[in-house]
Amino acid sequence: MNTLAGPLVIAAAFAYLLLLAGIATLADRRAAQGRSVIGNAWVYTLSLGVYCTAWTYFGSAGRAATSGVWFLPIYLGPTLAMVLAWVVVRKMIRISKTYRITSIADFIASRYGKSPSLAALVTLITVVGIVPYIALQLKALAGGYALLTTPVGAAALPAAHWWHDSTLYVALALAGFTIVFGARRLDSAERHEGMVAAIAFESVVKLLAFLVVGAYVAYGLFDGLADLAARVRAAPALAPLLRLEQGGRFAYEQWFALIGLSMLSTIFLPRQFQMMVVENVDERHVKRAAWAFPLYLLLINLFVLPIAFGGLLIFGAGRMDPDGFVLSLPLAHGQPVLALVAYIGGMSAATGMVIVETIAVSTMVCNDLLMPWLLRTRRFGALAAGDLTHTLLAIRRGAIVGVMLLGYLYFRLAGEAYALVSIGLISFAAVAQFAPAMLGGIYWKGGTKLGAQVGLVAGFALWIYTLLLPSFVKSGWLAASLLSEGPWGVDLLKPERLFGMGGLDSLTHSLFWSLLANAGGYVVASLVRRPSGQEASQALLFVDIFERSVVRRPVFWRGRARVPDLLKLAGRFLGAARAQQLIDEHPQSGAEPGVADARLVQLVETQLAGAIGSASARVMVAAVVEEEPLALDDVMRMLEESSQLRALDRLKDDFMASMSHELRTPLTAIRAVTELMRDDAQMPAAQRAAFLDIVVTETERLGRLVNQVLDMAKIESGHGEWHTDDVDLRELLAHAGQTTAAMFKERGATLQLRLPDALPTLRTDRDRLLQVLLNLLSNATKFVPREGGRVELRLRADNAGVTVEVQDNGPGVPADQQALIFEKFHQGGDAANRPQGTGLGLPISRRIVEHFGGRLWLRSEPGQGACFAFFLPWAGAAEASSRHTRHEGAAA
Amino acid sequence: MTQKIVIADDEPNLVIPLEYMLKREGYEVTIARDGQEALDAIARVRPQLVLLDVMMPRKSGFDVCQALRADEANRELRILLLTAKGRDDDVAKGLALGADAYVIKPFSPKELVAKVRELLEGAA
Amino acid sequence: MFQGLAAQRLLALFFAGALLLNFPLLALWDRDATVLGLPLFPLALFVVWAVLIGLTAWIVERGEDVE
Repeated sequence: MNTLAGPLVIAAAFAYLLLLAGIATLADRRAAQGRSVIGNAWVYTLSLGVYCTAWTYFGSAGRAATSGVWFLPIYLGPTLAMVLAWVVVRKMIRISKTYRITSIADFIASRYGKSPSLAALVTLITVVGIVPYIALQLKALAGGYALLTTPVGAAALPAAHWWHDSTLYVALALAGFTIVFGARRLDSAERHEGMVAAIAFESVVKLLAFLVVGAYVAYGLFDGLADLAARVRAAPALAPLLRLEQGGRFAYEQWFALIGLSMLSTIFLPRQFQMMVVENVDERHVKRAAWAFPLYLLLINLFVLPIAFGGLLIFGAGRMDPDGFVLSLPLAHGQPVLALVAYIGGMSAATGMVIVETIAVSTMVCNDLLMPWLLRTRRFGALAAGDLTHTLLAIRRGAIVGVMLLGYLYFRLAGEAYALVSIGLISFAAVAQFAPAMLGGIYWKGGTKLGAQVGLVAGFALWIYTLLLPSFVKSGWLAASLLSEGPWGVDLLKPERLFGMGGLDSLTHSLFWSLLANAGGYVVASLVRRPSGQEASQALLFVDIFERSVVRRPVFWRGRARVPDLLKLAGRFLGAARAQQLIDEHPQSGAEPGVADARLVQLVETQLAGAIGSASARVMVAAVVEEEPLALDDVMRMLEESSQLRALDRLKDDFMASMSHELRTPLTAIRAVTELMRDDAQMPAAQRAAFLDIVVTETERLGRLVNQVLDMAKIESGHGEWHTDDVDLRELLAHAGQTTAAMFKERGATLQLRLPDALPTLRTDRDRLLQVLLNLLSNATKFVPREGGRVELRLRADNAGVTVEVQDNGPGVPADQQALIFEKFHQGGDAANRPQGTGLGLPISRRIVEHFGGRLWLRSEPGQGACFAFFLPWAGAAEASSRHTRHEGAAA
Repeated sequence: MTQKIVIADDEPNLVIPLEYMLKREGYEVTIARDGQEALDAIARVRPQLVLLDVMMPRKSGFDVCQALRADEANRELRILLLTAKGRDDDVAKGLALGADAYVIKPFSPKELVAKVRELLEGAA
Repeated sequence: MFQGLAAQRLLALFFAGALLLNFPLLALWDRDATVLGLPLFPLALFVVWAVLIGLTAWIVERGEDVE
């Protein structure tokens, strides 16, 4: 059998890594120029291929060689999960983008009241759970290298001292590359475009490499798949592997558990969450990924069985480690190049996993474990002033190296005891513990922090006890009696047969108990108490993410904050420039200068969360503002207010629609008429004159409408101009009568004034009051019958104030319309004699009267005419002006 | 045969130029000032096309449209809605109720005539 | 949560897939037979898998109700 020279392999591997780094750098540069390469659904899908690690490459064939199709369930699970991705993952993406959530720990912590303790707990679980998985990759890399470079029969020399162990240097080199990919600078959204591009590329490489080797085995070493199958069926030892039931009861529950477990891992593995949610640039990409990612998994698994069986047939059982078939088969048949290609593929898979996973975990360690603790210490705490961006970066890098070294440590101490697959499944089971808290968090408003804590602790504890502990026993660190007799001989507490539940393999057993305790604890503990204000508000923001538009999202915060303080805080973590930009983009509309409104506070907190995690951001912001704690009732009230705002918005929309119609109608006439005139030079003069009349009339109408609308807007927003004076009402009414005399004459109607002899003056706005009178009088002239119309204008005074009535002998207003005519744009009367009005006169009149503390109303019976009347109190003006100055101060 | 059009709109200053324009094109024009008048006029005159303003008193253009389409006799009648609202849901509503086309105010008279001709030519 | 035609179809497909890929429906394919020379069970598994993927693609790429 051929071998490859060690330096050749190392050089090839290095070259490949440099290629990846180059791609990453290129992509980052293009992103900085605004020409992102990753804004593409296919790149997104390929980036999810990071799910396939060295486990896929080496472990699948190994598993297939011993148990046939049992390698497949962990790829069927993601397929099923992706079917629902468009619903579930999309919600997670929306939530994460909106609240700048950058990791699973952050997600859970943020949802359950921004709790630092939860963040730390999740991080801890992740680190413990992922370290074995990283060790697995290192093991595959080391094993593969050994396979390629040591001749058959020669035992691979274990490194005498750890500093001679090449795998250590591999680990350190990987850490270095990871830093290059993910921790060169701080991106507050935790996006790493270069990394995504590189991962997408390596997904292609590993797929192609595997397909090539697979095709070689199937068609090069055998005469195609049918031939291979026939040979397998002919071998009695191997034939059962083609079947589901391989002699002995098929462990359906394990099959089911594996599918379920891998379903959860599709989302909850840190690297998957990172690629699927955090690095996602466009929600719609999820659509493509929903089927294309499972397709990728199908393709990469096509030749697993052929490779496994090929190896078994050619080498015979038990001679070669089946995990290495993908390398040993080409190598043994004089194809060193192919073997190298295969190794590059496997190395690509391992590296991709390590890089993404480590970056994701280091983000959590930095933001959710170390930062909250550091911020509590005096040196870095809220009171200190330094720029922390460098510190953050240093912590990230340190965490990356640290996690890699932990992985190496696990590899040294426990790597030999296990087939690759088993180690991986232990990690899957760890991250599955996040499922109840996360899925419950986005669908159940009742989930509370206590529930999440109890669930996570219970699940994690049981995972340790039923899965991790046994793995230590099987590695020889703990006494075997722990498994066979239980701790202190207690039979019911046997780690792999808890409470006597037997008949399950250790994985299914562990899954059952840990998820039961997790989900059960989550639900029960959540129901123990009502959610706090903070928890309830976060629950609403998460679960109802699709129901709330960005603009109208309620701000659940109450307190006082000063803009300079927020500016300084933001600067420490985002850089001074970005912080200033934030403040500039959101000018403060509060009454007092320098005081930040709730929206700005929330914005700063959200931005910070992107950099340091939501729990820490909460702590920091709380330190610089004076906050009032939110009770559950406050949250409910704020919610109600925001829904009222939505109702008001709808009214405003309707108003805008009516107004747009009212404005367009005269414009239509003007346009039609003027275009006709322009295009027809031969139009007869009489026709032209008639058309020009229309232009004039409609223009006037438009003008009136615009004036009235502006008037209305001014009055309603509190910016109306009011000039109060001592007004002689008798004189004013007489004046109104004179002004409208022409209208009455034209209509053939009479106006009669009934005024008292003497009257004190009223402090009011003369012009506005005249406006009201003219409006009422002109309305009257429009509705009295022609020739014979009679209108009476009456004035009365008493101790409270004055009353003015305009009575006409027109048709009157039916009861069902009486409220309507005060609405904007409503025009009374029937079509036959629709008067030329704007429909705004009465609403404006009412506003004016109400401004002075009065009332305007209608009294009418059909057939008995209509009486519009208004009342103005003597003291109205004084009240109005004091209201006015208050209004001026508060109006935005 | 001269083609007959009914214009249903309550704005007199708009009806005047419309009538002028369509008469100049050779159509026979009848005016209706509200929805009910429109239905009566259509029953009486049996036009080939009706210009329906959406916002009218008594019966809105939508109501008229619905009533017209409910009657089998009006299968060949072309309905052109005049709407100022321009909001997508209004337009959709109109089309759903059976209108053949719509024109958004303010429109150019040439645009309207072209639409009218298009609708009537199609029918022929 | 699962409003919309596409979402409901996806949910249905999810359950269908879960049923097809587990006991007892899975066991139906477990026979000692070959199709085109290929052993039935692994072949069936891959085909069912591919069909699932195809149906997902159909539901999601149709653009119906998937806003």
